[in-house]
Amino acid sequence: MKNEITLPAFSRRSFMRTTALAGGGLLIGVNFLNSCKPEAKMPEDISQLNFNNFNAYIKIADNGKVTIFSPNPEIGQGVKTSMPMIVAEELDVAWKDVYVEQAPLDTKNFTRQVAGGSQSIRHGWDILRQTGANARQMLIHAAAKQWEISPADCKVSEGVISDSKGNQLGYGDVVKAAAALDIQDNAPLKDPSQYKIIGRDAINVDIDKIISGKPLFGLDYSKPGMHYACVLRPPAFGRKLVSFDDSETKKVTGVTDVFRFEDKIAVVATNTWAAKKGKEKLQARWDDEKLESTEDHDRILLGLLDGKDFETLRADGDVKKAFAEADRVIERTYESPFLPHSCMEPMNFFADVTDEEVELTGPIQTPEGSQKAVAEALGVDIAKVRVNMTRMGGGFGRRLIGDFVLEAAKISDVVRKPVKLFYTREDDMTCGQYRPAIKYRIAASLKDGKITGYHLKEAAVNSNMYGLIPNFFPAGAIENYQVDVANYKSHITTAPWRAPYTNFLAFAEQSFLDELFEIMETDPIQARLDLLDNVKGTTDERIQYSPERMQEVIRTAVTKSGWNVPASPGVFRGFSAYYCHNSHVAEVVDVTMNGNGMPSVKKVTCVVDCGIVVNPTGARNQVEGGVIDGIGHAMYGDLSFENGTPGVKNFGAYRLIRMEEAPEVDVHFIQNGLSPTGLGEPALPPAGAALANAIKKATGKRILAQPFTKYLGTEEKVIG
Amino acid sequence: MPAFNITVNGKAHTVHADSDTPLLWVLRDELQLVGTKFGCGIGQCGACTVHVDGEATRSCLLTIGQAGERKITTIEGLSEDNSHPVQQAWKEIDVPQCGYCQAGQIMTASAFLHSNPNPTSEDIRGAMQGNICRCATYTRIEKAVSLAAEKMS
Ligand code: FES
Ligand code: FES
Repeated sequence: MKNEITLPAFSRRSFMRTTALAGGGLLIGVNFLNSCKPEAKMPEDISQLNFNNFNAYIKIADNGKVTIFSPNPEIGQGVKTSMPMIVAEELDVAWKDVYVEQAPLDTKNFTRQVAGGSQSIRHGWDILRQTGANARQMLIHAAAKQWEISPADCKVSEGVISDSKGNQLGYGDVVKAAAALDIQDNAPLKDPSQYKIIGRDAINVDIDKIISGKPLFGLDYSKPGMHYACVLRPPAFGRKLVSFDDSETKKVTGVTDVFRFEDKIAVVATNTWAAKKGKEKLQARWDDEKLESTEDHDRILLGLLDGKDFETLRADGDVKKAFAEADRVIERTYESPFLPHSCMEPMNFFADVTDEEVELTGPIQTPEGSQKAVAEALGVDIAKVRVNMTRMGGGFGRRLIGDFVLEAAKISDVVRKPVKLFYTREDDMTCGQYRPAIKYRIAASLKDGKITGYHLKEAAVNSNMYGLIPNFFPAGAIENYQVDVANYKSHITTAPWRAPYTNFLAFAEQSFLDELFEIMETDPIQARLDLLDNVKGTTDERIQYSPERMQEVIRTAVTKSGWNVPASPGVFRGFSAYYCHNSHVAEVVDVTMNGNGMPSVKKVTCVVDCGIVVNPTGARNQVEGGVIDGIGHAMYGDLSFENGTPGVKNFGAYRLIRMEEAPEVDVHFIQNGLSPTGLGEPALPPAGAALANAIKKATGKRILAQPFTKYLGTEEKVIG
Repeated sequence: MPAFNITVNGKAHTVHADSDTPLLWVLRDELQLVGTKFGCGIGQCGACTVHVDGEATRSCLLTIGQAGERKITTIEGLSEDNSHPVQQAWKEIDVPQCGYCQAGQIMTASAFLHSNPNPTSEDIRGAMQGNICRCATYTRIEKAVSLAAEKMS
């Protein structure tokens, strides 16, 4: 999720293996990120599936039904539905004959999973298609052999192979023979115009389990004898535990163990409520240092922006010279707070540490990292640690950090019982791993009606933007262009947060451009298109986006939103377009203003170029959610600190967007037949700026900081 | 620990718990009915919604001591086979993303439609305002509730 990495080259020869199953049927093992290890072995029956060797398995049964075993964790981005669709398409089976099974828990060596949200489809696209096509080709060869004809004379449709005389064989009839054949490399892939599954709506494969409340999530997992653990952590970042009194805690019926580890206290009990009550009864003394507050962060980050200690990530031309020669220089500073991830399912993890092995089960996006960290912390052989993943009640980047896995393991290690660690919502919101507070300062020089220079500075808590971002739009479009970054290391822990950095940077840049165009008295759409013209034909290989694709989403958004048609009275429109996670997105927000000075977002038109859309209903769901999420956090998201302690602790004081504030989202995808790109994240970043640009039109106020609610109606904070 | 007799999804149970234990944790920890979810514990998110005598109720706020003889229905008991019109609509509209909030959404929606079978879009939005969906599937929830209303009429 964090980095858009170059795709690993794969060896066509080694990414799949096949075997005949002892119980009948053909099993295909696929490895779509790494080539199979040379020693990788195929299991002979399903219970032996070993995900250490392959990322996924496909079983074709004697009755022709296809089961896809997917170890991919589902955090809500829909890959558990869309990835199997790709295989099924090339395999040429009916989607209704395909079953998707989450790879079984408790399988030995269940470790090699892929968890990147926006990147899964992009990485899997080629290999999953090729796997399906190769398997289809093997089945055709088996049928051709039986009929003693050339494979070229066979046709296949929905799992049935036929010859010109009208003979037919189902996949199930030939799996046995096919399993004995060599793997067909490079079987021809379908032309996208022939697709029957890709591009059609497929309902979430877990829908029946979700709507009937079946155990799916980490918090639902249990084992006989399991205890529940809750942890009291320092009430402020940077504080140390001096001493504690657990006499009242121990009186709570059900509490079995209380102990200190690091600067935390664990309370273990026979049920959730007892653990929580026991924790609340702890009397802890903490040291009393002066700790960080939001005021300090503001001062420090602004100080960084004013200072000279930057790392330059990209420098084109000579920004200084452009500024010196300009008719006018415009400079704005944009500010964002920390944000919690607020996954609906609070952090939790199951751990069972015994002398024989360590079982870890729960919602985590980085199982391998956790496995390693736990092995090191407990001093056990990594081969004895196994991590099983459950479905996740949201991730948004939070579950990339395995701090809670480590805590669960340490607690189970001390009490030597199977333990489920749970966070209360208050723990989840106050114990860290936030989107870092960031400030951007952008300056641009204007000369003879043109933007001649653009200088972006970032001051962030803990870490700076990843290396590709400086090559996003408007890099390449402005002759003198520079991106500088600086950071301040805090006690407060931070983590990637849905569309890291770009979730706020897009707001800053797209607001800034709008203001710039306003000052230049040019049309904001045409001006963006003109800037993009400058990038066409560039030989700069660092440039990440495509100016043509960006122009197309912009033009389409103009048409679909009716941008050029006057809005109804009282409705104001704002525009924004952004590239990230390899996708191009343009959004138009329609707002009206309420009597209380707050905007009401009526509708968002969102045009996305993410290449081929595998599952349109799932894809629209991602985009709708991303847009509303972007608007919600821009409007309301705020986590401030007072002496190291977060100012909000639960959904009462911390406001998330709800049904009544959620706009209609009109989603359009560009149909261009290009390979699929990221979808879980790119719809979010443009939303805040499009809203701010609409609010500017409605009220004349330029919002320079999130959350908007804090600044609307408080004149002095709004810099117009 | 005191014993309580409760009726959940038409079945009588005797459970042992401290009387201040929220129904939510009795359902999840004692009865293994984990479809009812924990989200906030303070009545703010709706993930824990169940029906108590047909009324949408936050099970994180109702203690086992208060539950008494009243009839409790959880997502597991809404229908035998996902045939409740709200479940059907949820499937047709393909509402969920991560899915974690959806049991609570469905329980709120089904109780609401029982009392207001012909809701306007404003009614629906008002009724669902107490249920947070962090994945922001709100537009689909609204569509599904109105589809369910159609199915029920
Ligand atoms: S858990 Fe009960 S309302 Fe949130
Ligand atoms: S679907 Fe994820 S919280 Fe609602």
